Amino acid sequence: MTGPLFDITVAVARIAVFFAFCFGLVVVMTWVERKGAAYIQDRRGPNRADIFGIRAWGLFHPLADALKFLFKEDFIPDNAHRLFYQMAPMFSLAPAILGIAVIPFGPDVTVMGRTVALQIADLNVGILYLFAVSGMTVYGVVLGGWASGSKYPLLGGLRSSAQMLSYEVSMGLSLIGIFMVFESVRMSQIVAGQGGLLFGVVPKWGVLVQPLGFILFLVAQYAEANRTPFDMPESESELVAGYHTEYASFKFSMFMMAEYLHMVVGAAVVATLFFGGWQFPYLGDAGFLFPGGFAVAMPPALVLLLRIGAFVAKVLFFAWLYVWVRWTVPRFRYDQVMRLGWKVMLPLSLLNIFVTGLTLLLLKK
Amino acid sequence: MAGFLATVDFSNPYFAVLVLLVIALAMSVGFVLLSQALGPKRYDRIKYGVYECGVDPITPAAVRVSVKFYLVAILFILFDLETTFLYPWAVLFRSLGWFGFIEMAVFVGILLVGLVYAWKKGALEWQ
Repeated sequence: MTGPLFDITVAVARIAVFFAFCFGLVVVMTWVERKGAAYIQDRRGPNRADIFGIRAWGLFHPLADALKFLFKEDFIPDNAHRLFYQMAPMFSLAPAILGIAVIPFGPDVTVMGRTVALQIADLNVGILYLFAVSGMTVYGVVLGGWASGSKYPLLGGLRSSAQMLSYEVSMGLSLIGIFMVFESVRMSQIVAGQGGLLFGVVPKWGVLVQPLGFILFLVAQYAEANRTPFDMPESESELVAGYHTEYASFKFSMFMMAEYLHMVVGAAVVATLFFGGWQFPYLGDAGFLFPGGFAVAMPPALVLLLRIGAFVAKVLFFAWLYVWVRWTVPRFRYDQVMRLGWKVMLPLSLLNIFVTGLTLLLLKK
Repeated sequence: MAGFLATVDFSNPYFAVLVLLVIALAMSVGFVLLSQALGPKRYDRIKYGVYECGVDPITPAAVRVSVKFYLVAILFILFDLETTFLYPWAVLFRSLGWFGFIEMAVFVGILLVGLVYAWKKGALEWQ
């Protein structure tokens, strides 16, 4: 294969693989959310949909949901702004899809004598790209709330604009400690930096060098993804369904897809920045090497599989954590959300930067 | 066209972002058009009206509401700009040493005074 053709094939193949993984996880997550909720509340959960009598624990429900949404009546309320009402779900879904580009899902591999990074786009601005793209989501929510021409969506849209803006500040600040430690905003370099050992014993994962940063980032992520305990924009017991009250059919489903895609990307980002991404503890390029000097040699293919498996396992865990938290923690009141954002998270993330800087400088000697 | 394509470097990561952007736009627009084409269309005045839990709406939705969040937006711009300034500083932190640390402490300190002021003025309170 010649140069440009090889490059195009690689680009398309990486997108196809990771896109399929993320979307597959979105579909599975809608099922996990309902099934997990059911088991946490001591119910059975969805188990009726079947194909030729095979029920598979309700795994076909997402498929049935998608078909149902597609063939529902798609209407534009008389009161709505026709163009913006149609654009809002697009503004929600498109940035969510773009967010998957900078997640490294595996180490560099050699294909036909060329080094290929297992990452859709290894951008040098890495995490900044992610912030830029995910910041666009707020347009979808506000536009959807305003264009519906109804009161509940309007209130939901207003609430979410303030909430997402407030937590975006803490989200950005909570990561600065990570950049100071690993000296890069490039995702692949942050993962590579987490391959070493701390004090020669434990893996140098972001969560161990930045414990406060991790907690702040996780909380800010839940607020950004509008998940319980921060699901103010939707809060079904107060605002019916918040900004998407007036949406039906597949447009409603697009808002849902965007939310779940944000969860998947969020889980992948937490795994990448704070839990070593594709790094497997004590696994080097040639096999396991434990602190005591005990080594196990392994073929490169097995090492690659273990590393990708480690990444997938971490993402699955943090995706499940979203569901777990949702059905464990009650929703905050709105003033509590804003107080937490501005009066607790912001000062704490500044403190985190200060302490990180001081520690780094004192250790440098 | 062929001459232009020969000059393009397809291994540039932004080429992959462009491909993903095309996919994202095609999917978002495609889904909206698809659901519009497939579903039934039966007009009903009540159904196409504003959703107010079954009650006839009293006032139009386009009422003027006090957007308290305006203040939040201003604070957001301030602190997000601060974050943007901190990013390059954080990456270069080790080579800047104590000088960079104290410089940034002064900068963040000035912004902290602003936060304390907004706090004392009650800009962060919600009724």
